[in-house]
Amino acid sequence: MQQIVLFLYRLRALILFLVLEMLAVGIVFTHNSPQGAVFFNSSNKLTGNLLAVKTNFMSYFSLYTVNQSLAEKNASLLNRLDQLTPVRDSVEFTLDSVLANSFEFWSARVINNSIHLSQNYLTLNKGIIHGIKEGMGVFNEQGVIGRVKGTSTHFSSVISVLHTDLLISSKIKDTEVIGSTKWDGLKSDEAKLLYVPRHVEVVPGQEIVTSGYNAVFPEGISIGKVKEVRPGVDGNYLDITLTLSADYSRLNYVYLVENYLREELDSLEIENSAPGL
Amino acid sequence: MSSGKILKYSGSFLVYFLIQVFILKDLVLFGYAFCFLYVFFILSLPHEMPTIPLMLIGFFMGLLIDLFYDSLGMHAASGVLVGFIRNSWIKVNTPTGGYDDNVPPTLLNMGIGWFSFYSLPLLLLHHLLFFYIDSLGTEVYLPLVIRVVSSTAFTFILGSIVQAIFYRKERVL
Repeated sequence: MQQIVLFLYRLRALILFLVLEMLAVGIVFTHNSPQGAVFFNSSNKLTGNLLAVKTNFMSYFSLYTVNQSLAEKNASLLNRLDQLTPVRDSVEFTLDSVLANSFEFWSARVINNSIHLSQNYLTLNKGIIHGIKEGMGVFNEQGVIGRVKGTSTHFSSVISVLHTDLLISSKIKDTEVIGSTKWDGLKSDEAKLLYVPRHVEVVPGQEIVTSGYNAVFPEGISIGKVKEVRPGVDGNYLDITLTLSADYSRLNYVYLVENYLREELDSLEIENSAPGL
Repeated sequence: MSSGKILKYSGSFLVYFLIQVFILKDLVLFGYAFCFLYVFFILSLPHEMPTIPLMLIGFFMGLLIDLFYDSLGMHAASGVLVGFIRNSWIKVNTPTGGYDDNVPPTLLNMGIGWFSFYSLPLLLLHHLLFFYIDSLGTEVYLPLVIRVVSSTAFTFILGSIVQAIFYRKERVL
């Protein structure tokens, strides 16, 4: 016994090294979603199903509070109906008036930014108490910036477009062809437009804007311009390089947008895509 | 370690940390060359210091810097690695006649030749781990190599200048 203790004591540096490394790598994987996807791939389905069962069961117990909050929401909606035009922040910009009512806007200041790593994040100076929530879209007058990843009381952290895990639903402005914008991790002013079929004609200089399909961003916010079009590697899709319109190295004030209807839209789409329903 | 020395190293910890997160974070040459000067703080701690405190210092320094880099865990992992390997590497590099007590392994104390041979591999290892973790989820490797090599060079050059200007020669000849 004493021998084992002595042996372990002699290895104490190695053991501490392994413990600290595991701790650090554990933090990396839980904090950064792309690495997390690599690491937690297998457990996702299991935990997801378990959570779904639990939510199904627990939802009966919260009916009272749900009813109460529905009544409150009703009251506030009636108030908003009275005002006809929703109260907005001081931000002014033009949007399609049909969509304007389902979006609300905030302004915030970028207080931390990085562009040179493969996974870049921003920090904004507004948080929960200002009404910022996870999943809100972030953009400025030049174009799309990113998406809110997490919030604290006073700050929020944003996944930049310069993050290899962020997909933005986009379309080519003239032809209405849809695709997804994704950064390839190479240059801070270029990204790729994915999933554009080969038969579509794309010419350099065409403008790419948000499609409005994923309901994070309103339709028509600028993303970039087509720089180069090549046949894709797998043969089904084109390999399109974009010049991003926002200058990520010089971000100051940004706007945040929330779509009130996002949850409803998401749940409808999930319902429709579920087989057997 | 005397209390005076502890105070001195705590102050230097703070200075390295502040310079790293407030100045060097925004200093990236050509979009590739990062400067992780704080590694030199771990490297220039006294060679008598045992591995366990070294690793803990590396871990907490890294974690603090991670908070500002939004790269939680990445600097911590790399810092622990440097702290773990440093003492063995110092032992491998023992000059003829051995080390003098109370002489920290800095540029002026040990000379540029020894110091380069001591710090460059450790910097390379640190940067390799950091940028490798950063590149997980992407499939591009050339930028990774460019980042590691150019950042190692940049950190080494700036670190050597800092060592030459701000550190005193303590070796008694």
